[in-house]
Amino acid sequence: MMKSLLDWIDHRTGIRQLTKSALFENIPGGSRWRYVWGSTLTFTIFVQFVTGVFLWMGYSASSGDAWESVNYIQNEMIGGWLLRGIHHWTAQFMPVLLLLHLMQVVIDGAYKAPREVNYWFGVLLLLLVLALSLTGYLLPWDQKGFWATKVATNLINLVPFIGPEMQKLVIGGTEYGHHTLTRFFALHAGVLPGMLVLLIVGHIYLFRRHGITPAEPVAKRDAYFWPDQVFKDTVACLAVMVAVLGFVLWVHGAHLGSPADPSEPFSAARPDWYFLFLFQFLKLPFFGEGNEVWGAIYIPGMAVGLICLMPFIGRWKLGHVFNIGIIFVFLGGAGALTYLAKQEDVAGPNSARYLKAVLDDARDGLRVTALAMARGIESTALSLLKDDPKTQGARLFAQHCASCHRYGGHDGLAVELAKAGTLDELGNRTGLTSRFFSGDAVHPDWLARKSGTQDEWQTVRSLLQAKAEGPFDVIASAKPEEAPEAPDLKGFATRQWIRDLLDPDKFISPRYFGGTAHKDGDMYKKFLNRKVRKYDAAERKMLDAIAVALSAQAKLPSQAAVDQAGAALIRQGIKYLQDDIGCIDCHAFGEPDPDAVGPDLTGYGSRQWTIDFVKNPEHKKFYPENNDRMPAFGVKKILTDKEVGLIADWLRVDYFEPPAAGPGH
Amino acid sequence: MENQEENQIESFDSAAGESVGQAEEPVNPPEPGTPESAGERRGFIKFLCAFIGTLISAVPFGAGVWSYFDPLAKRNKGGGDGFVMVTTLDAIPADGSPAKFSVVADKVDAWNRFSNVSIGAVYLRLVDGVPKALHTVCPHLGCFVDYRPGNKDFFCPCHNSNFKLDGSLAVGVSPRRMDPLDIQIRNKTEVWVKFQNFQPGHSDRVPV
Repeated sequence: MMKSLLDWIDHRTGIRQLTKSALFENIPGGSRWRYVWGSTLTFTIFVQFVTGVFLWMGYSASSGDAWESVNYIQNEMIGGWLLRGIHHWTAQFMPVLLLLHLMQVVIDGAYKAPREVNYWFGVLLLLLVLALSLTGYLLPWDQKGFWATKVATNLINLVPFIGPEMQKLVIGGTEYGHHTLTRFFALHAGVLPGMLVLLIVGHIYLFRRHGITPAEPVAKRDAYFWPDQVFKDTVACLAVMVAVLGFVLWVHGAHLGSPADPSEPFSAARPDWYFLFLFQFLKLPFFGEGNEVWGAIYIPGMAVGLICLMPFIGRWKLGHVFNIGIIFVFLGGAGALTYLAKQEDVAGPNSARYLKAVLDDARDGLRVTALAMARGIESTALSLLKDDPKTQGARLFAQHCASCHRYGGHDGLAVELAKAGTLDELGNRTGLTSRFFSGDAVHPDWLARKSGTQDEWQTVRSLLQAKAEGPFDVIASAKPEEAPEAPDLKGFATRQWIRDLLDPDKFISPRYFGGTAHKDGDMYKKFLNRKVRKYDAAERKMLDAIAVALSAQAKLPSQAAVDQAGAALIRQGIKYLQDDIGCIDCHAFGEPDPDAVGPDLTGYGSRQWTIDFVKNPEHKKFYPENNDRMPAFGVKKILTDKEVGLIADWLRVDYFEPPAAGPGH
Repeated sequence: MENQEENQIESFDSAAGESVGQAEEPVNPPEPGTPESAGERRGFIKFLCAFIGTLISAVPFGAGVWSYFDPLAKRNKGGGDGFVMVTTLDAIPADGSPAKFSVVADKVDAWNRFSNVSIGAVYLRLVDGVPKALHTVCPHLGCFVDYRPGNKDFFCPCHNSNFKLDGSLAVGVSPRRMDPLDIQIRNKTEVWVKFQNFQPGHSDRVPV
């Protein structure tokens, strides 16, 4: 039955003869492991086609949807992370396999007559795969892909005569946008794969036409392709798949940075690792001042040209040796440049910025993902991020407030790193090896302090030199250039923050008003210094109740539960504030007081109070007479109302937090 | 590295084939005729080739098919009782003829969550002063059913199903009457409709 069916099919298609000729290809010298690379490449291309088509079913190529759809695939679609991970990591292996294949062909002399044309097909295939990598890198529309691809497409500008026009055609206009994505996507999923298929068919046809070039010396007898070589090929493909899956499971799919933002710089924008050598090549001083075209186009073009000429050079015995030498020179050069690029990133003069940018991007990416999952995306993921106090409030604080204020001793943008248990651990994490390979590496310019203290942050470098013992808290943040001059606002309006404010020593420390004119004001001189210092235990208890009551005015989300539970104490505190301690001698509370000289305590630290203060600290509610240097951010239109609101929400920790840990894991 | 045994076997096998040379045309497979152990070994290798080959080829397909089935996974459509305010009583024609109203609500569309967008439409008409709601979509295959004022009936332009004003089938291929929707009057004049879609093509009314 089966046989007659096969006979029927064979009679009409010749399938048996085709299978026979496919499987019983003669392999001179028998099967060898070094012949597996072509098969692994065919396999990876097959994997990319399959996963690519399935990804296509979830991807949307427009600047408002690309990141959003990729994020959906990665974090919300069942199995999407696996699908995307396989596609991404297989792409990472392809350049390696291409290189191994090319090396085998050159070393074994398989490019020689009559196989030149097939060799050129191979070179074209190599370039096509690189073009697929380049176009695919942009499609997630994250910061990394956006800025790195921008650099790549700006290089097109350097092409002589037609550069600017070519660039416009490639990116679909003068600016990156919808048409950049639609064009890149059509190239990535249509044009380039189509060309790839044609070339592979040609490549394999020509390969079968001329047969395999045996690696010298041929020590063994011939064998057929099936099953020994097929077995070796299959095992090699299995190894590739296992390695790919290893990476996929390790990072749970593939990395997705924060959404592309033309207004936000990204110091860590780099091309994918196999292009880093070209990236570094362009940094060589020779290619400055109008010579970029040599580094970007002419010299790489000549290198490809030389690779294409190898079949002719290889006709002479010495020429073949030269070819092999050139391949190793290219390999060594590219390897060295790649190392230099990476080395400069993690240990060069700007490495602190680079490493910080990587952390910032990861943090923002996770944040948008969490917001998108919890709230959905009304317009774009970028606008979701731009409206998020947690990330944007910090940015605005760093830009507008951190020249005087601090936030936990830093500028508000520090990324908290894992604690370092000991000095040795801190030293190891600062080392070059760790910075190359580890996710929790520490840059020596970043800051650390003994765990659990509120000491001033010191650079990791100085801690290492001082040989102080750990454990240490570590943050990714450079030391602010100017000394703090105004209060540290981390924990603003919380009970502890106000308790510390009412401590005379802390009040005049740099953490509060030590750097301002207020250290000589009545609050310190007449109240804290003269009275509070002499308080007995009962009075201290009253003062503490006032701190609790005042903090309740802020209605901080983080204190909602304790404020509710401590209602009696809060009422008591308000009574002390009004009747016993005499706060209202200088401050207004509950109703406007034209004689007040200190800030109004009604709604102290609440959203509205904070916004009003930032907009105009000289308002009669706050410091009409004695404002010390703080600009009226609203009145002078330095910040918009929305921006002031973001800062206030961020200071008050009044923003959405996902209930569980991060998404995706 | 290949061991000695393998070398011997390969030499033996290929002895039947050609010597070193170009494989311009396919050659015939060597006849088995090998010692039993070698034959078993080759059989095992062939089995391994097929097994591993199938396995690794299945990985990308598996990942793809798995994610392709994502729409079948249950998703939480959000809270609420499903009722949406559509209009007020005053907006429905007093003469008992039906009028079409857009249903505007929040909508989750894959990664987007839109607020206040059209998600569909309903026909409302008054029966003795009480509003009745019908889904505007034909239960046959989901075309938008027109109201024909002249004939005072509903008419599906795709397959010519005709429905009476109460939604029952007059003539046509539709497997069931037009889908009635639950309705509530809130705050005296607000008309709230429990808007939902039903599977087309079946005689039973099953929510999507």
